Amino acid sequence: MLSITPWPVASALLWIVLIVAALYLIRSTAHNTIQAAAHALHRSFKIASKAVSHSEKALEARNRDVLLAAGREAKERIIEREFDRINETVRKDLANYSALHRSLSESIGRIEKDHQEAVDVPPDPPGWVKAVEAVAEMDAKEGRAHIGSILSDIHKSLVKAHKEAMTAYHSASAKRHRLLRHMRPDWRQIQQTLGAVGKSVDSLLSRSVTIDRHMQEYEDIVHGQDRAVSVLSSSSLVNFFVSAFVLAIAIGGATINFSLIARPMAEMVGGTSLIGNFRTADIAALVIILVEISMGLFLMESLRITRLFPVIGALPDKTRVRMIWITFTILFLLAGVEAGLAYMREVLLHDELATSALLRGGDAAGATATGEYMWITTAAQMGMGFILPFALTFVAIPLETFVHSLRTVVGLMAISFMRGLSLMLRLLGNIFHYLGVLLKQVYDLPLFVPLWLEERFARKADDVGLERRATL
Amino acid sequence: MRTGIVVTICMLLVSCAGETTPRNTGVYMLLDTSGTYAEELTKAEQIIRYTLSRLDATDSFAVARIDTGSFSEKDIIAKASFDDRPSAVNRQKRVFAEQVSAFVTNVDSSPYTDITGGLLQAVEFLNEKGTGRKTILIFSDLKEDLEAGYVRDIDIELEGFEVIALNVTKLRTDNIDPREYLGRLEEWQGKVEKTGGQWRVINDLDGLEGLL
Repeated sequence: MLSITPWPVASALLWIVLIVAALYLIRSTAHNTIQAAAHALHRSFKIASKAVSHSEKALEARNRDVLLAAGREAKERIIEREFDRINETVRKDLANYSALHRSLSESIGRIEKDHQEAVDVPPDPPGWVKAVEAVAEMDAKEGRAHIGSILSDIHKSLVKAHKEAMTAYHSASAKRHRLLRHMRPDWRQIQQTLGAVGKSVDSLLSRSVTIDRHMQEYEDIVHGQDRAVSVLSSSSLVNFFVSAFVLAIAIGGATINFSLIARPMAEMVGGTSLIGNFRTADIAALVIILVEISMGLFLMESLRITRLFPVIGALPDKTRVRMIWITFTILFLLAGVEAGLAYMREVLLHDELATSALLRGGDAAGATATGEYMWITTAAQMGMGFILPFALTFVAIPLETFVHSLRTVVGLMAISFMRGLSLMLRLLGNIFHYLGVLLKQVYDLPLFVPLWLEERFARKADDVGLERRATL
Repeated sequence: MRTGIVVTICMLLVSCAGETTPRNTGVYMLLDTSGTYAEELTKAEQIIRYTLSRLDATDSFAVARIDTGSFSEKDIIAKASFDDRPSAVNRQKRVFAEQVSAFVTNVDSSPYTDITGGLLQAVEFLNEKGTGRKTILIFSDLKEDLEAGYVRDIDIELEGFEVIALNVTKLRTDNIDPREYLGRLEEWQGKVEKTGGQWRVINDLDGLEGLL
């Protein structure tokens, strides 16, 4: 069909010439079409990239706001707690400051009084001074008669006076020491009181330093500083992974709990009835565990440990305390039910073992004979059945952290995804742009002969034109 | 949005309320007590215990003897429709096993063998129980020997039933002419499959894993 001449080679050559001629004739249109298509695709991808980039920016801003709001809230809680602690310290230690002051004043007054009483009184001048003066006078006026006896009397008087003086001095010293001994407990009391006051003041000072630091961070968050956002973001990621890890552990605990109660639950709701494709007994066991977790959440909310439900936190204290008791009672009852079911599980297991042994033709009594220490497993199962519901209560804490950090993490992931998508779209746009250029070059490849001729003609025409201009 | 939720809930309720196919199993076992075959009953007891161990809550199980006229409730040795609660099921299984054990100890051999009558009784019992899966176990040499006057030339509707012949022993005459044995098996297979039933033979009692 393609042979337009009797000679195939000639036909082929003719076809090539015709095609090349046709391609050359529509070259400009083809180039324009390729250019337009490439440009359209390039523009479309560029616009899409810009749109994604814009959304990414908006999401980033939103994520930043969310992060700052969460950080602000968390910081407010921390500062509030610090103020509570200061309030507690002030209330406990400094509320009785007037009593403390009075006690100190009394102690100091007693010490002053004792101190004044304990002043060292100089002993009276000895009485023999006058006697010596009298002897001296006698020596001058009446001669030396009777001097020996007089001196002997003087000596006696002197010894007596000395003794009296010493006795008085000892008595005074003893009194002083007694007074000083009285002062000792007062000193100690003052020392202890001042020590306690010092500790309180030190505690207040350290708390004030902590509050200053938190306030600084709070201000950074309020001003939306990049450093604060970066710190909050990294802390949010850490919280996310840690809480996810703890939640995984909690899920493991819940699974153990489930296996403990699912089997005996068949005794209550039947072993074969189904809801959908699931056994009713399994669903009932799951519901019990979920109710326990819910009660745990409400308990934690009522205790204001978590803040997942603002309504509960905002309840009046009286209602809140009532709610604490109600949720705790329900939790306690459910824990009791679980312990009972765990015991029932052991009983059922023994029953089943006995039946299996009987059906195998063995000794049923032997199969059910419990070892000396079998009660340990029963007790352990019951203990686990009782403790796990309370342990699951604490799931509320990592759950709250997980929920809060999830928002940030999902936001960060979405931002990364959008950033990648934007880059990809931009890249695709550029690829189409250069693909258009490449296609045009590829189009021109088979037209090298006419293009070469065109160039020759154009050059020749230019030369002719130059010659004409030169002639003119 | 709200309408969507209501519609979804309604659909869920309707799907839950719809009639569901029962998933329980019904087993009826016929024990041949004729002639020397009665000596094989200790093997049957093992099979019964194995069957009991495989059955679960809400399943039904009955064991009946094949005697002169087997189309009768009086031939049922033990029967139980197991409770929904595991503890009750265990209790029922133990009682069942004790009843069968007592029967095997004190069994009297019967002069005739009415297998068809027993099969009819089995079909009636299992249809009445309405179990999802229906299995009839025939512990016999499949040699039917009817007393004069008993009419058993009837087609039994066995659609949805699985009939398993267990321990089909060879008779002395089978050894002389094996065609008799093969003919008996073929005849029973034909009877069962003719009305839509499934037929199986298990002679190796050590490999009961595929029984149920």
